[in-house]
Amino acid sequence: MSWFVTPFVDNPFLLRALIAGILVAVSCSIAGTFVVLRGLAFLGDALAHGVLPGVAGALLLGLPGLLGAAVGATLMIIGVNLVTSRSRLSNDTAIGLLFVGMLALGVVMVSRSSTFTGDIVGILFGEILGVSVQDLVQQAIAVVVIGAVSWVFARPFLLLSFDPEQADVAGWPSRRYHLLMLVMVAVAVIMSFQTVGTLLVFGMLLAPAGSGALLARSVPAMMGWAVLIGSLSVYAGMLVSYHFDLAAGASIVVVAVLVFFAIFAVQAVRQSLRDRQAAALATS
Amino acid sequence: MTASTSVIRTEGLAVGFQGKPVVSDISISLRPGESIALVGTNGSGKSTLLKTLVGLLAPISGSIEVLDGVPGSTPRRIGYLGQFHAAGGLLPLQARDVVMMGRYPRRGLLGRITHDDRKIVAKSMQRMGVADLAGQPLRSMSGGQQQRVYIAQVLAREADLLILDEPTAGLDAGSAERYLQVVQEELQRGASVATATHDIGEAMTFDKAILLAGRVVAYGLPRDVLNADRLLEAFGIALRGIPHNGHQDLLSPQDPHGH
Repeated sequence: MSWFVTPFVDNPFLLRALIAGILVAVSCSIAGTFVVLRGLAFLGDALAHGVLPGVAGALLLGLPGLLGAAVGATLMIIGVNLVTSRSRLSNDTAIGLLFVGMLALGVVMVSRSSTFTGDIVGILFGEILGVSVQDLVQQAIAVVVIGAVSWVFARPFLLLSFDPEQADVAGWPSRRYHLLMLVMVAVAVIMSFQTVGTLLVFGMLLAPAGSGALLARSVPAMMGWAVLIGSLSVYAGMLVSYHFDLAAGASIVVVAVLVFFAIFAVQAVRQSLRDRQAAALATS
Repeated sequence: MTASTSVIRTEGLAVGFQGKPVVSDISISLRPGESIALVGTNGSGKSTLLKTLVGLLAPISGSIEVLDGVPGSTPRRIGYLGQFHAAGGLLPLQARDVVMMGRYPRRGLLGRITHDDRKIVAKSMQRMGVADLAGQPLRSMSGGQQQRVYIAQVLAREADLLILDEPTAGLDAGSAERYLQVVQEELQRGASVATATHDIGEAMTFDKAILLAGRVVAYGLPRDVLNADRLLEAFGIALRGIPHNGHQDLLSPQDPHGH
C-alpha cells in the first residue's frame, strides 16, 4: 500500500506534481476529444511544436515563457490557416512544413547560446517535478476555461465534427467555430507544456482521447473515459518514475500511450475472434 | 407582398465557385407546400445550386431570396442534406444523437433538450424506418442505413424548406419509396422541398422540375421538362462521344458514393 501512496505523502513537490499532472490530463482530455473527433491530430502536433520557438524567443528576450508560447501558437494557427486557404496543396503538407520549420527555428534560436541546453530540455520534456503553487493555479484556470468553452459550444463543436456544412446551415459558421476550437487546443497546449513539455503534451492530447474514442459510444462518455484514463496515466506514470528513477513527464505519456494500444489490441483480437466465429458459422 | 408567397425566388441567378459560374440565368420560384426536382448529370450544377440556396456558396450574380431573406439568414427554418458526409460515420455517435442534431438550431447553444425534442426525434426515425437502430453506433451501420438516419435528422428540424442533395443515393427500393412518401407528408404540412436527383421517375412526382446541364435546359412542369427530347439534350451533352446505347444507364438512378 505504501508503495502507492507514500511517495506523494512524503514529498510535497511530488504531490504538487501529481495535482499539476491531473489538471493537465483533464484539460488535454477535453481539448483532445475534439482533436480526435475532428481528425486534427496533425494540427495538434504542429501546435505543440510551434510553441518551441516562441518559448525559446521569450527566454532569449527575458520574457515569460508562457507569453512566448502563446505567440508561437498564435503564429502557428495563423500560418496553418493562411497556407491551407491559399494553397492547393493538401493540409498535411502545409502543416508538416510549418511544424518542421518551427521546430528547426526553435533549435536554431536556442543554439545561439550553450547555456540554454538545460532550458531546451525543460521546454521539450517539461519540469513536472518543479511546478509551483502558482503554476497549479494557472493550470486550474485553464481547466475551467477549457471546460466552460467546450460546454457552452458543445453543439456547434459536435456539428462541426459531424459535418462542417451542417454547422454552417445550422447558423454556426464552421470557420469561426473551427478557429475557436483551435484556440481552445492552443490554450491546453500552452498551459500544459511547462508540466509535460512540448514534445509530450501532444501525447496527452491524443492518447487518452483516443482511448476514449475506442471505448465510448457517445461523445460525453468519450470525454469521461479520456479524463479518467488521462488522470490514471499521470498517477501510474509518476509512481513508475519515482520507484524506478525514470523521467516523470515521459513516463506519464508512455503509460497513456500503452493504455491506448492495449485497448486497441484487445479490441482487435476480440473482433478477429468474432469474425472467425461468424466465418465458422457460415461454413458449418 | 410577393415575399411572403414564395419560399424560393431567383431572377437571373448565376451559381458557381470562386467567381466562376457553373450555371447562369436561373429564374425559379417555389411556394409553400411546393416541390421542385433538380435533374441533370454529375457536374451539371445541381449541388452548386442547392448549396447556394442554403447559403453555403455565395451567389455570383442575379438576385436570390430564400425564406424572405438572403440565403443562410434563417437557419431555424431550413433543413439540408448534403451529398457527402465528412467524417460523420467515424464518430462515437448513436443514431439518435445524430438525429437530435437536427433539433440544435431550434434550441441554440444552451437551450435544454425537451421531452418534445425527444418525441420529434423518435418520430423522425420511425418515419424513415430506423427507429430500431436508435441506440446503434452510426459507424456500425451500412451506407443505406446511415443515409436514412441523415434524412431523419433533416425531418427532425421541422423546417419550412427542405433541401436534399440526392437523398435516395444508396437507398434500397423500399427505403426510396418510404422517402417519397415522407416528402409528400412534408409537402402536406406546408413545407417546401427541393431535391437533386438522377431518377426521372422520382422527379415526375414533383410539382416542378429544372433540367440542368451546365445551363438551364428547361424549367417548368415535370411532364414538359422531362420529355425525351430535352432529356436527350441535357444528357447528350455529357454523352458526346459515347455510343448511343449508353443512354439508358445514365437515366437510371446512380450511386455517386459507389467507390
